[in-house]
Amino acid sequence: MSLTETLDVRPGEDANLILRRATVLDPVAGIDGVHDVVIRDGAIAALAAPGEGTAEGAEIVDAEGMHAFPAFFDPHVHLRTPGHEHKEDVETGTRSAAAGGYCGILAMANTEPPVSTAADVSALREQARAGASIPVGFMATVTRDMKGEELTEMVELREAGAVGFTDDGLPIASARVMLRALQYQRLCGGTIALHEEDPELSGAGVMHEGPVSAALGLAGVPSVSESTMIARDAALAAYENARIHVQHLSAAESVEVVRAAKAAGVKISAEASPHHLCLTDEEVRSLDPHRFKMNPPLRRESDRQALIEALRDGTIECIATDHAPHQAEEKDVPFEQAAMGVTGLETAFAALHTELVLPGTIELSLLVERLAGGAAPFEIERPSLAPGSEANVALCDLAAEWTVGEDGYESRSQNSWCGGKALTGRVMVTIAAGQVAFRLRSFSLGVAA
Amino acid sequence: MKHLLAIEQLSREEIEAILDRAESFAEVGRRDIKKVPTLRGRTVVTLFYESSTRTSSSFELAAKRLSADLVSVKAAGSSVDKGESLKDTVATLSAYDPAAIVIRHPHAGAAQMVAGWTAASVVNAGDGKHEHPSQALLDVYTLRRRLGSLEGTRIWIVGDVLHSRVARSNLIAFQRMGAEVTVCGPPTLIPRGIEELGCEVTHSLERIGEAEVVYALRMQQERMRESFVPSLREYAATFQIDTRKLNPRQLLMHPGPVNRGVELSGEAIDSPQSLITEQVAAGLVVRMAILYELLAGGERPTPISEGEGAGRPTPIGQPA
Repeated sequence: MSLTETLDVRPGEDANLILRRATVLDPVAGIDGVHDVVIRDGAIAALAAPGEGTAEGAEIVDAEGMHAFPAFFDPHVHLRTPGHEHKEDVETGTRSAAAGGYCGILAMANTEPPVSTAADVSALREQARAGASIPVGFMATVTRDMKGEELTEMVELREAGAVGFTDDGLPIASARVMLRALQYQRLCGGTIALHEEDPELSGAGVMHEGPVSAALGLAGVPSVSESTMIARDAALAAYENARIHVQHLSAAESVEVVRAAKAAGVKISAEASPHHLCLTDEEVRSLDPHRFKMNPPLRRESDRQALIEALRDGTIECIATDHAPHQAEEKDVPFEQAAMGVTGLETAFAALHTELVLPGTIELSLLVERLAGGAAPFEIERPSLAPGSEANVALCDLAAEWTVGEDGYESRSQNSWCGGKALTGRVMVTIAAGQVAFRLRSFSLGVAA
Repeated sequence: MKHLLAIEQLSREEIEAILDRAESFAEVGRRDIKKVPTLRGRTVVTLFYESSTRTSSSFELAAKRLSADLVSVKAAGSSVDKGESLKDTVATLSAYDPAAIVIRHPHAGAAQMVAGWTAASVVNAGDGKHEHPSQALLDVYTLRRRLGSLEGTRIWIVGDVLHSRVARSNLIAFQRMGAEVTVCGPPTLIPRGIEELGCEVTHSLERIGEAEVVYALRMQQERMRESFVPSLREYAATFQIDTRKLNPRQLLMHPGPVNRGVELSGEAIDSPQSLITEQVAAGLVVRMAILYELLAGGERPTPISEGEGAGRPTPIGQPA
């Protein structure tokens, strides 16, 4: 299904643009070269030879030296609406995503109250049509009010437009409830996305269990808290031939479990977040909860390396930010008491480009592929630059250097794990569902031809 | 030194400077008038979010012996009970322009955060299960007085290391002073990865004879309910230090309060090789030395000679 069939966005003007002499890279479509990207009526009309693209009335953007990628898709965002609009809402969250080069996001359902009824989904979709800068889809909870006890009315939720189901924020502790959800999925479809941890093993843990937690005297969350739950749910999904998506993989053991399940033919997909791909638990020595407290926690260097390897071999098919906005007063407290989560939409591309691509750890094309890889697990058409596609483009300047937070954030919250970091690579323009969703203030789009 | 937040941040030289200072305060303690004017006119705030007897009382007495004005705030009965955040409480107390804030808090990193919010010097009097630097300093002080030096001394820390900030601070302090440290306890109460701090790990008292110093930790009643140990009875049978396990040359320490008959036998506590009461006495002079180093350490040390300043009022209008 195309983006806007399942996702909602504020209606606007279709883009008519020519991205002159852009370096166009879409590894999945097999496009890699310098072209004039001709966007007419919100669709990619042509990839013309450099300098030769024409379209009547189109704005010309001098994109020489810049890269045009298929815009990114984030299957894991917390828009905090309803209930915590002081942290984020549909408008600020989608603006934040647009600034990060995204053309689509999926909003998690652990709001207050959680998104557990068809009415909740309908209300959110209406908000999105009124104020979302880019297409946004809404997940519904698997269990009623995320209590882990009874299933939500999954058929009705799907009819109301829920993209999939998740109790993200909490695991589904009961194997019986999990099994029933997977059985019931046959009636309604919708990928079930899983926050995997065993609450008994995580206990009161606030960081990865290991030498750093030992040194700091902080209660640890062991890696096996995550991997044992993934193993359980992969076995249940295999048993029911159901479709699951594992959220925010953090541990090497978890990667092994997912890899084995895929090899065995289980319908399982997985995501990793930029912070888990770039940071380790060594950061927690600073005891800075603003940037380094999240769930799952930052783990060891060997775990980070395992995640990168999984990104390469496709065990992890997509990067998801787990964008989790919190206000300062929820973070200006000792580490153990601080809220979990960091924001990530505005920095995902730049951070991964700086930390993984520039040092040569991964190829640029792999990063681009994985940043848009979050659509397919939810049966949404992957953003493409192939002519004829709806225009979903992230125009990036790979040489631009900037300091995160210097000019503020589009998000309503400031708990970016990159806050204060100098990054290289920046999103200049985002076109989502055929509309210009973002342009960097300092970057003028150019003149009408 | 501006703050005392963690032993981790101190060099051996800085530790020794505080211990040397404490030695000179020990001399003051033997006088009839035990007060020196060093901090006259300056304010020390103690802010305790957890119950404490010896740490709070010794910091308070240390401040008074140094002639500081003292404000003691306990979380229970204060605006903390009304939901005031740590940040706001610190802002409120900072309005009195204190020279130092001594804080105990149930969460790791609290003292460090407070240091970022106030102009005062901050002393960590225990932050969660993280650190308890003044305890480590007084323990090193006690041992140094007895042994002269900790260089090459074999020290065993025995018991519930997982839940102990004392274990963490002492492990670091002992090693920094040249001692070799072994931690011993049931596997459930030894944090995973602790050996990366440079200590040896064992789960048996079999080789306890190798230790020159045995440092026992408090074992709390509730640990058995969380299945860390099956029962205090079994814990005591396996890990209790008694006089049969000790030889008379070994020194015995404990941060208090002791559970008699659990981690230590009554006999061991009262034996001549026990340093427990010396530790308490050391607490006062070491905490005086800490306040002195932070608040007056940049200046030339005031000579603490007999009679100088002691009990002599400063005329009104003169700078203190």
